[in-house]
Amino acid sequence: MVMSIPDERGYYGAFGGRFVPETIIPALEELTEAYAEFKSQASFQAELAHLHQTYTGRPTPLSHAARLSAHLGGAQIYLKREDLAHSGAHKINNALGQALMAQKMGKRRIIAETGAGQHGVATATACALLGLECVVYMGSVDMARQQPNVFRMRLLGAEVRPVESGSRTLKDAINEAMRDWVTNVNTTFYLLGSALGPHPYPLVVRDFQAIIGQEARQQILERIGQLPDLCIACVGGGSNAIGLFHAFREDENVQLIGVEAGGLGIESGKHAARFADDRRARPGVLHGTRSFILQDDYGQVLETHSISAGLDYPSVGPEHAYLRSLGRTEYTYATDEAALEAFQMLCEFEGIIPALESAHAVAEAIRRAPTLSKEAVLLLNLSGRGDKDLDTVLKALEQRRA
Amino acid sequence: MNGLELVTATFARQNRRASFMPYFPVGYPDYATSLDILAGLAGAGADALEIGMPFSDPIADGPTLQAASQVALHNGITIVDCLRAVQELRTRGVTIPLLMMGYYNPILAYDEARFVQAAVEAGASGFIVPDLPPDESAGFSALTQQAGVAFPQFVAPTSSPERIQLAGERARGFIYLVSVTGVTGARTALSADLASLISRVQQITRQPVVVGFGISTPEKAREVGALADGVIIGSKLVSLAAEGPDAVVTFARQVRQALDA
Repeated sequence: MVMSIPDERGYYGAFGGRFVPETIIPALEELTEAYAEFKSQASFQAELAHLHQTYTGRPTPLSHAARLSAHLGGAQIYLKREDLAHSGAHKINNALGQALMAQKMGKRRIIAETGAGQHGVATATACALLGLECVVYMGSVDMARQQPNVFRMRLLGAEVRPVESGSRTLKDAINEAMRDWVTNVNTTFYLLGSALGPHPYPLVVRDFQAIIGQEARQQILERIGQLPDLCIACVGGGSNAIGLFHAFREDENVQLIGVEAGGLGIESGKHAARFADDRRARPGVLHGTRSFILQDDYGQVLETHSISAGLDYPSVGPEHAYLRSLGRTEYTYATDEAALEAFQMLCEFEGIIPALESAHAVAEAIRRAPTLSKEAVLLLNLSGRGDKDLDTVLKALEQRRA
Repeated sequence: MNGLELVTATFARQNRRASFMPYFPVGYPDYATSLDILAGLAGAGADALEIGMPFSDPIADGPTLQAASQVALHNGITIVDCLRAVQELRTRGVTIPLLMMGYYNPILAYDEARFVQAAVEAGASGFIVPDLPPDESAGFSALTQQAGVAFPQFVAPTSSPERIQLAGERARGFIYLVSVTGVTGARTALSADLASLISRVQQITRQPVVVGFGISTPEKAREVGALADGVIIGSKLVSLAAEGPDAVVTFARQVRQALDA
């Protein structure tokens, strides 16, 4: 049912493509060719698999959230524990894959953007492991709210460059990384962290993240002998979600649900829900790809809000837009408030401190599980751990008490 | 003469001096001043004007044009004001080619077909869209062709001979040659390879070659003008605008003289 996607031009139906200045088109062509080679090269895949096994800590476990499930009184919730991957989130799957490509392509200088800092940390980690130079662009607003990750990146030998333009969040970090790439394209590899941007990035990132769903599908079949009824993941750019969904795309009875950042609520306009807000979000072109974008009537990109820096982005990966247009995936949202409550519940019932991004997926699981039977199985991608968010959560809880 | 013919006649070099096309964004530092500056540039001997349309996420631009874009957006400038600016320049008697330059998303949001029609009615002669390479521009290109206006294509130092050929085939009006591997912005030195890059392009396509990015003095403009069919200056003019419209126009006159010398 789902066609061979993307096509040669990087299109997922009406979404995707390569809307970038001419200067970097040759680099994207080079990357596309190199990636096609690495994808089918057994030695590359074996080397990456070995790194994942001996360094990343893959396969990550699948945990049955038994107490939380019992408390909610409905579906059995299983957690794919990407929070236990080295460096604390699923981001390392893609960062290691791309960094290994860069090394083999002879590109010694790596640049990356980061929102929550998880992709920046993963990239800095991969660069330290492989001996590559690393520069990470991060909005100054995000630097303030994710200080532990800034310190981590610097410890890992990366240079963190604050971005002061625009909304000073992930969107602007991507702008600045692209400008760096336009300038240093001959020597530099742009290690993009989510399933967005110009072709071939949405494809490359999805493929490196697909290991999440491949493992989880096998694990749940081994554990309980059946597929889940639904898969849930949070969606900023959408890399952890597409990584989980990909292995289940042809399992027609498995519902695939993405959870966007509802911020202070859709009506407030202070959110990052590209699919939920049909007044502010329309298809358009941002960061080299055609997808849904939160924008004003005149095509200027809107500033977004989320308690989680990693979901605070005005567009979404093109494959999500495509899968949604087919009706294969559905999208909902969780507000800051719901994510905070879910964050606390997972701590208390399961002894797991989730990333605020992942807490959005947990919130949707908490909402849905009671409506389902006790035999129903809900697979949730716990994309990252929450150490980086303790300060934000502490402040939010204090504010709520006040 | 339609827009394309006007642009082609302006940039086809024949035995004349190189053309000068200043860039200035609508709405910086405010709408009225930007219009005065654009009209002043025409009066100072510009052969064509590049009318900048602000965008929230200008990935091909350096700090100077980013900041100008943000000021313009802060002033509430929209693509509709840019259309109005073109019309007002025509009303003021500006007859040289006016090329509207901006990123793709605001054009999409307006609706491509409606935008091209509205722009031509306002008096625009063509469009320059930096994030719309030939690979993605078949639809927009067809619209501009039907409207009889220019749609120049970019070539960069990184472009392969095949890409230069493609740009040559798709360009209507001229080739916009990006002089450096990088974003817009004034630079102290020109790329040492610029001469060979220009001649490489000239060997592959017969389109006029107009060079932009990084040119910031009348002397550099003359150097480039000796090699190419035209010169584009943007960031330098925007930074001069801080000293007032006269500083911009005076500088443009100096560039004109340098190109004519």
